[in-house]
Amino acid sequence: MPLPKPHGGRLVNRTLSCERREAAEKEAKELPRLKLREELLSDLRNIAHGIYSPLEGFLCQDDFENVLFEKRLADDTPWTIPIILDISHEERERLELQEGDTLTLCDGSGREIALMHVESIYSYNKEEFAEKVFLTTDKAHPGVAKVYELGELLLGGEIEMFGEVEPPFSRFYLRPVETRVLFKERGWRTVAGFQTRNVPHLGHEYVQKTALTFVDGIFINPVIGKKKSGDFKDEVILAAYETLLCNYYLKENAVMSILPMEMRYAGPREAIHHAIIRKNFGCTHFIVGRDHAGVGSYYSPYAAQEIFSEFPDLGIVPVFFKSFFYCRKCMTVVNEKICPHGEEFRISFSGTKIREMLLRGEVPPPEIMRPEVAEVVKRWENPFVS
Amino acid sequence: MGEEKEEKFKTITIPASLFKKIEERIKGTEFTSVASYVTYVLREVVEEEEEEVPFSEEDEEKVKERLKALGYLD
Repeated sequence: MPLPKPHGGRLVNRTLSCERREAAEKEAKELPRLKLREELLSDLRNIAHGIYSPLEGFLCQDDFENVLFEKRLADDTPWTIPIILDISHEERERLELQEGDTLTLCDGSGREIALMHVESIYSYNKEEFAEKVFLTTDKAHPGVAKVYELGELLLGGEIEMFGEVEPPFSRFYLRPVETRVLFKERGWRTVAGFQTRNVPHLGHEYVQKTALTFVDGIFINPVIGKKKSGDFKDEVILAAYETLLCNYYLKENAVMSILPMEMRYAGPREAIHHAIIRKNFGCTHFIVGRDHAGVGSYYSPYAAQEIFSEFPDLGIVPVFFKSFFYCRKCMTVVNEKICPHGEEFRISFSGTKIREMLLRGEVPPPEIMRPEVAEVVKRWENPFVS
Repeated sequence: MGEEKEEKFKTITIPASLFKKIEERIKGTEFTSVASYVTYVLREVVEEEEEEVPFSEEDEEKVKERLKALGYLD
């Protein structure tokens, strides 16, 4: 089985070559400038580096509407999360921006990063956006709250990146073109992608290692970037995984690199988005567990697995897992499919329970978390995003 | 404006016997129509034939050097 082709058939590269870069930098100085927030810079880099292939820019109106209503781009390619660039009416007036214009995109310090060829300027209905993508309009949902904070207009069009947007923890950052070479060099023909925003407990490890029994390699790909309060800090996740990999994995069949991207908490739709991204990195399989990319109780526990039935043409094989727990009778990690014992023997891998223990300064027991990993997490007085 | 806008879908015809075979084939799969199956298959074929942007040996060597520098390759 060869590594899958990138989504849409071609790995997008919207970074400019040296020759074109100089001219673009010069051009950028003369153009209207728009500063991007941190999460938009991540999206920009993800487009430029092909992580969001086949997108070549922020969504134009036809793609945006198709994604909202059909979960597909206008050309029918599966795509579930709108990758958008918002702007206020005031900002548009200040920039005197019209369709057909070119814009300079800058980072927070005003440094020029990219050109954007604005093909489409359009308004949208925030309530409809929230309802379609997050299946709720409840502003207590972090993704919905974010939608209501966006500007009233969206800009669509191709980008050309000439400045490097250095991601945080860049020594762990690999582009799809690099992971594909890496997988090839390792001789992996099948690779399971694992999405995470948590420090690893034994349940995660069990899922990854179960996948490793039928694929050549596991690609652990933590999302780094803006998260909600109560999630683990990025540096804690990375340190915990480094320790786990060093102590409990064979180097030749496990790789970790980061995915700098904002979590949307869009549950089922985001699971598809995560799968597409891993396909672009070269994964043949993608692990989907319980309540993938969920938050609170907005989505049923396995909604993120069920949505895959709408996408037989996704081009990556989803691997579904039920939730795991430790059974004191089996003396190992199991799930309800393989463990005949009662609830009284079960120790669940509840994120809330682990969080409470850590906040009380307690070390989670070895049935829940590897002692080496727990020790690393304990180094932080508060390992969670405030 | 509306008339100028390109149609999103076009109709093509295929032999009725082939249509029936595909109908049989997609039974029990996640494809909900012959059209969605045919689109999928054709897209795969077209993508297969599309040329990748050439990735030179030199480019690949640069990638390998970075992977080595970061400790991903020995």
